[in-house]
Amino acid sequence: MPELRVLPYGDQGILVQCADLKTAMALREWLQTHPVDGQAELIPAARTVLIRLDPEVEQGAVSAQLPSLGDLNSPITSRDPSAPVQIEVVYDGPDLGAVAELTGLSVPQVIRAHTQTLWVVAFSGFAPGFGYLAGGDSALVVPRRQDPRTKVPAGSVGLAGEFSGVYPQASPGGWQLIGRTQAVLWDDKRNPPALFVPGILVEFVRVSR
Amino acid sequence: MVVRPGPLSTVQDLGRPGYAGIGVSTSGAADRGGLSMANALVGNPTDAAGVEMTFGGLRLRLTGACNSVSVAGAGAPLPVRVIGVDGGKTERPWGAPFLLAAGEQVDCGRPTSGLRSYLAVAGGIDAPKTLGSRATDTLSGLGPEPLSTGTQLWIGMDLPRRWNSKRPAQPDVKPGGYLSTAVLRIRLGPRDDWFSPAAVQTLLAQEWTVTPDCNRIGMKLGGAAITRERVGELPSEGVLPGAIQIPPTGLPIIFLADHPVTGGYPVIGVVLRADIDMAAQIRPGGKLRFRLG
Repeated sequence: MPELRVLPYGDQGILVQCADLKTAMALREWLQTHPVDGQAELIPAARTVLIRLDPEVEQGAVSAQLPSLGDLNSPITSRDPSAPVQIEVVYDGPDLGAVAELTGLSVPQVIRAHTQTLWVVAFSGFAPGFGYLAGGDSALVVPRRQDPRTKVPAGSVGLAGEFSGVYPQASPGGWQLIGRTQAVLWDDKRNPPALFVPGILVEFVRVSR
Repeated sequence: MVVRPGPLSTVQDLGRPGYAGIGVSTSGAADRGGLSMANALVGNPTDAAGVEMTFGGLRLRLTGACNSVSVAGAGAPLPVRVIGVDGGKTERPWGAPFLLAAGEQVDCGRPTSGLRSYLAVAGGIDAPKTLGSRATDTLSGLGPEPLSTGTQLWIGMDLPRRWNSKRPAQPDVKPGGYLSTAVLRIRLGPRDDWFSPAAVQTLLAQEWTVTPDCNRIGMKLGGAAITRERVGELPSEGVLPGAIQIPPTGLPIIFLADHPVTGGYPVIGVVLRADIDMAAQIRPGGKLRFRLG
């Protein structure tokens, strides 16, 4: 397996390239509990963790503090699965039929696949509180919509690539929409304001309304 | 109270670092040094909230219980005057504090050079904080709405714990303003290996023009396109202000304060921290060059 690759990010930080999403998630967890000198912020993504550093921190010295692959735990098995965040979903999304067709599953099988595994928040992006959930059933991997919607309602539950996600606010979007939830994904007054914070486990629960 | 907001005026401080993990970038003043300087001129801590103007044009009236307040501007220099209660107009120097009395208005013109100007009031602008900051993030919508006619701004209590009796440093803007061609120092990477050496030369050798497509999120550049050597898609990865992203058009985008937390196009190089403020001061139509630094 290739080792971690360290790339410069101007004089502001380093970008650590990982072989796959699992390694990137494990690296983020490791860095959260073992911060490198001058670590100001972590920006995890699908294959990378960007480490923003305090000014005047030597990038080379920081690279030497990174873990080797053997130090990293599997991000999902290392967690206590007893208390996931439960998200109640009404599975009536406009793309449910398209997802069934793309995956070769029936609609009930799509719903079962979405609810039967625990998901984990891998990283955020796109909008405040929008978490990319990974670790789902591999049968649910679908492309984005060819024709993105100009307005996706808040609470829409979608699939794209290997990820699932919930739109925290109404916004344009290209994910395949399979359902909707009343859960409040983002609340400025809450701490943290996002329900989906990298590393937490999520369980989708089917409800009828 | 806002009498006239100008093209775009927003409340800014030094932003909300530390929330990229939940999808929120730092935001805050696009020219952080400019805001800090305006704050220093009125004795505020450098991270107090002030008003960021794009292309000037702001007019404020001092209302309420305040008898007078110290005001100063920094960043892109512009003509500023105080309009008295009787309508009399007095020019004030840019880059130096002056007093505004109750009922008077401070009236900002258009910058003579540069793009973003900062107005600070002693005590700072008070507005509700979101994630520890009063900054308006134009991408995510966090923070106060952009100013509009009639917006009430409150003066805060952000005074330094210990009064600094030394005269604040002078703004480092020459009387002539900003250079006609800005030179931004960059370091290559993280994705310069997606481009041929010739493409990197295309980035470094030419004078780029800032297109009208520029805002607090980023600035699109015009010039000879940079061709990508590697095909395929880059999985989205974290970005920081100053990142120079090359989309399929081959024309660079420099990210500024309200950048998205991740981006899906390769970043060929990143502007050095110290030069990002200068990038934020280049107007549409303005010229810039990149230099390895």
